Amino acid sequence: MAKDKCIIIPAYNEEKNIVSVIENIREYSDVDIVVIDDGSKDSTSAMARKAGAFIIRHPFNMGYGVALQTGYKYAVEKNYDILLQIDGDGQHSAKFIPELFSQVESADCDVAIGSRFLSESQYRAGFLKSIGIKLFRKIILLITGEKITDPTSGYKCLNRSVFEFFTNDTFPCDYPDANVIIMLHRAGFKIREIPVEMTSNPDGRSMHRGIFTISYYLFKMFLSIFVTLIRRN
Amino acid sequence: MAIQQKVFAIFASIVIFIVIINLVKNGKLKEEYSWLWLLTGFVMIILVIWYDLLLILTHLIGAVLPTTTLFIFAILFLMCIALHFAIKISTLTDQVKNLSQKISLLDAEKLNKQ
Repeated sequence: MAKDKCIIIPAYNEEKNIVSVIENIREYSDVDIVVIDDGSKDSTSAMARKAGAFIIRHPFNMGYGVALQTGYKYAVEKNYDILLQIDGDGQHSAKFIPELFSQVESADCDVAIGSRFLSESQYRAGFLKSIGIKLFRKIILLITGEKITDPTSGYKCLNRSVFEFFTNDTFPCDYPDANVIIMLHRAGFKIREIPVEMTSNPDGRSMHRGIFTISYYLFKMFLSIFVTLIRRN
Repeated sequence: MAIQQKVFAIFASIVIFIVIINLVKNGKLKEEYSWLWLLTGFVMIILVIWYDLLLILTHLIGAVLPTTTLFIFAILFLMCIALHFAIKISTLTDQVKNLSQKISLLDAEKLNKQ
């Protein structure tokens, strides 16, 4: 029996990109597309609806992690078996969707992560970000023994038991990155990375920008990893 | 303890007490949050009236002046209150997040039918 699948796209003020992202996905997949509009001030919802996506709209902006979790809750409610998350800014190339789906579908792993560092990608991370990524790779390797090349990737495919696990209040909604990988490992889920292409954000925006934001991010991430480690599963 | 200190401390404690009780009476402060404040006011009055207790406490914690003891306990109480609020805010943050997600999910069916 074919498994029910959906694609969730958390989006905040993405009216310029959301339509092309949805159209791009449609080229490679015909599964249900759900856009979680995180209280955008522009017409993201209207544009996404016109493009044929199902819209969930937050009453106010609550952040990327909360938008993702709303998507997980929706998928649990609607009994989907497999969920794929992709960013709404067009950074992730949709042509890897079938590959990500098939990894989880074939039950080889519980989570398939699209890594921009396993292939010759056009993606160029900034100096500070690449140091951060290398640091978290080492931390993940040290704690879990697993080699994850792209701990900050938001391009993931999850099976039901994983996204159900993420509907819990312990899901780190502020910055779900390396800490989530450690959480998954501790909960006994199998993670696999596959090479994907990503471009730098077309608008030049990124979630982690500026020296203060990056320092705060690093501090929060260390704290979150520490909390994940001391918490009982 | 000088008589002026005593009078001022009792006066301050009684004012705090009356303000808190009035806030609870008018429904502006929940009983749930008032108990720590009432306890603070109550302990202040006890320490002022029962000066020997303050001296014993000062000796116990190794402070030199009884006023230091009062300040230490005041700071400890304020820290407890701040921590109590931080715990409450954490719970409320989770509740607001969960409620907003629930509303968004309920609203989504309607929004997509229009």
